[in-house]
Amino acid sequence: MDSVIISRSLFGSSLAFHIIFATLGVGIPFMILIVEILRKITGDEDYGVMAKRWTKGFAVLLGVAIPSGTIVGVQMNLLWPGFMELVGQTIALPFQIEIYAFFLEAIFMSIYVYAADRLSPNIRIITVFFVALGASASAVLITAANTFMNTPAGFTYENGEIIDVDPWAAFFNPSYVTSAIHVLLSALMTGAFAITSVAAYKLLKTRNKPREAIFHHKAFILSLIIGGIMSVGTAVNGHQAAQELHQYQPEKLAAAEGLFESQTNAPLVLGGFADPKTHTVKYGIEIPGMLSLLAGNSFDEYVRGLYEFPEENWPPLYTHTLFNIMVGIGTFLIFLVGFVFVVYFVRKKKGLPRWLFRLLVLVGPLSMLGIEAGWVFSCSGRQPWTVYHIQRVEDAATASANTMLLVLFLSLYLLLAIIVVIVLLAYFKRKPLANDLNNVKRKGLET
Amino acid sequence: MTNTFIATTLLWVFIYVYAILGSIDFGAGFWAMVFETRKKTKAGLLANRFLSPSWEVTNVFLVLLVISVFSFFPSAAYTLGTVLLIPGSLILIFLTLRSAFMVFSFTTESYRTTLKYISGISGLLVPALLVSVLPITSGGFIEIINGQEQLLLGKLFRSPSEYTYLAFGLSSQLFLSALFLSDYAREALEEAAYRTYRSLAIWLGPMTLAAAVLTVIFMEPEAQWLKVNIMEQRGWFSLSVAAFIIGYSALWWPAKQKTHSKGRPRIAVLGIVAQYGLATFAYASAHWPYIVYPMISIEESITNSPMLQALLISFIVGSLLLLPFFIYFWRLFMKDRSYLRQK
Ligand code: HDD
Ligand code: HEM
Ligand code: HEM
Repeated sequence: MDSVIISRSLFGSSLAFHIIFATLGVGIPFMILIVEILRKITGDEDYGVMAKRWTKGFAVLLGVAIPSGTIVGVQMNLLWPGFMELVGQTIALPFQIEIYAFFLEAIFMSIYVYAADRLSPNIRIITVFFVALGASASAVLITAANTFMNTPAGFTYENGEIIDVDPWAAFFNPSYVTSAIHVLLSALMTGAFAITSVAAYKLLKTRNKPREAIFHHKAFILSLIIGGIMSVGTAVNGHQAAQELHQYQPEKLAAAEGLFESQTNAPLVLGGFADPKTHTVKYGIEIPGMLSLLAGNSFDEYVRGLYEFPEENWPPLYTHTLFNIMVGIGTFLIFLVGFVFVVYFVRKKKGLPRWLFRLLVLVGPLSMLGIEAGWVFSCSGRQPWTVYHIQRVEDAATASANTMLLVLFLSLYLLLAIIVVIVLLAYFKRKPLANDLNNVKRKGLET
Repeated sequence: MTNTFIATTLLWVFIYVYAILGSIDFGAGFWAMVFETRKKTKAGLLANRFLSPSWEVTNVFLVLLVISVFSFFPSAAYTLGTVLLIPGSLILIFLTLRSAFMVFSFTTESYRTTLKYISGISGLLVPALLVSVLPITSGGFIEIINGQEQLLLGKLFRSPSEYTYLAFGLSSQLFLSALFLSDYAREALEEAAYRTYRSLAIWLGPMTLAAAVLTVIFMEPEAQWLKVNIMEQRGWFSLSVAAFIIGYSALWWPAKQKTHSKGRPRIAVLGIVAQYGLATFAYASAHWPYIVYPMISIEESITNSPMLQALLISFIVGSLLLLPFFIYFWRLFMKDRSYLRQK
């Protein structure tokens, strides 16, 4: 394999690994904040138990999120020296500001975990607020780098020289605000749904332990509501993101939709596979005019197809599938949550049927799949560019990557993925929920 | 003051701060492992009590360092990224094993000792490898092939210079962490653990000094320029040795309270931290104006001035905003008796 391909595979895997833990690192502290607040308002100690147990799980996930993030940060320099030279001159600012977000998160996370017993309830809420703020800010800030690659701004590029740099214009590049919101909302959605998944699974298992079932049911409803709200937000804002693609990265949108001929009244093709030989989308469902409507709010909107661009600049055609996976999951989850609430309303006291709980176990993993598909789409849809229309991947990459490194890092990720699951399962097995709930009861009697 | 000067000074400060914090952090991980199975002493427990809340914050300093290099000196980032691919990747792998397994060992009871060993030993290697990046930047290990810079890994592994730097990195982290933990133990009123760490520090102090001298003696022929410059910084290095003597001797000064055993660890820590400050400053001045000798100089690789200005402003604002939080953090974990002295 040549060095460019290895660099891409290695960096892509590192990010794909980091993003799992990073996303949960944004979503879970937010959920902890909510239950801390609910506990304060309602005085219901179940929420305190939730906060405690989620924090424990989160602390373990951070043990992977932080080193894997460090890997990504350093590996960028090692694998993409050409890119970093450009980044240093143009988009270094958000990276530096992100450091403050990391500090905020790290400081308050330690305080929340190791000094909780010395804090008053109000200070605890403030502490966990800063944890959630730091984590969300790090996601929002790093997105500036990614959107800069998609829609570079804030400098002039002349004869290979970068001049007239405006760091803030680079930071707030055209696709930044929309994407940052998208990343944040989708992470909050995924964190909430991850909790829904666990709660749904536990509800299936604790049929004859009513006390525990009550606890899981509270977590279930709460996370389902938050996940549902966030998923609607993600979709609305994702629509905005797609309109910006239409404006700023037309070839990416064309590849995402498998559109070859430029046209007004362009059709939307759902599903199917874009075939590189025949230049058609096979097995898809075509909705006439829909793409024009979505992209420009009118059937008359002219949408540019791939033929308008030189073929060597086409993004890979599989991005159509990636985009469909992301949007499909988003749409499915919104309908699913809506359906669940209708069923609740209709069946009243009888609650949800078991098959629905089984289906709901999937919402967390599906969300995560949406995140992965979204990122791979955003990054590979930019190909062959690392910085859109400025720097090609070959010019960004190192010349000395080798397969050995790829194998080493992949083994490391596999090892960590396996062990983190084992550690989490072992921990929660040793500290059963019943104990925590009993402790609460005892404490309640004393006071 | 020029922008270049400010950027360079800041970078030196970051390197220095991380050198100290990182050494203490990784060293403490190693001591936690060493004393893991010895239940009689509190030494391991204290190391863990220090590490659990602090390792995340320390890690951010490492990230800060890396980010500062490419944001202040983008074209140095190109060369550094290229030649450090292999050593950098090794560091990342050990760092990851260290952090992850340490967190795992805090969480599970089964296999705790194994997890501690993996994390302790990988942690030991990280500062050693980080320090051994230094000889790469001072000449003799980079070759330009077809216009592409390449690291001469074989030569590096066979070079005595690399190993003296490595030894310096190792002994520094063990010394600094033992010294720091002796102070931490005193603060926690654990006199037995204090004596353990004090005697370790007494052993390790002279070893680091010897390792430092050896690194200068064994420098590569291509790095002779650095040796010459280091000789010119004699004044600073002498001050640094003086700071060492004060700090080191404080381990024998009579304690403030009669019930305590010999030594004033707080003064010892401050003395040695000052020593490292003076020595790294002298080393950095000797290295000036090269980031990577002979191809990358500071003047040529500094970033454009709008970016630099934005970075400096954001740095000042960010530091001011964060300062109170750092102080709060320090008071909760380094000063609060109820945390330090819990049973
Ligand atoms: C749970 C995850 C999730 C879900 C359900 C969605 N997205 Fe998304 N999407 C992401 C997670 C994500 C992401 C991982 O956060 C990305 C990758 C890069 C980025 O900026 O956000 C992203 C990128 C991304 C982009 C690419 C931006 C670019 O490349 O510049 C578009 C056009 C959309 N999304 C549109 C949508 C639409 C119309 C959705 C409708 C339901 C949707 N997304 C749901
Ligand atoms: C090129 C892309 C990225 C880089 C360079 C990067 C870098 C890092 C680094 C260095 C850390 C460790 C911080 C520490 O030491 O505490 C980290 C952690 C984290 N990252 Fe990433 N990251 C990237 C992508 C992302 C994305 C896309 C998200 C958001 C969805 C994200 C969110 C987080 C979060 C929440 C953490 C966890 C803990 C913390 O805030 O300290 N990162 N990342
Ligand atoms: C965190 C989630 C992310 C994932 C899962 C992800 C995934 C990927 C994948 C799969 C590739 C390879 C593309 C291909 O080979 O076609 C890639 C390339 C790349 N991504 Fe991302 N990406 C993420 C976020 C980011 C962010 C936030 C940045 C910005 C700092 C970034 C910078 C890059 C770079 C520099 C490349 C290599 C050059 C290129 O292929 O254009 N990625 N990413």
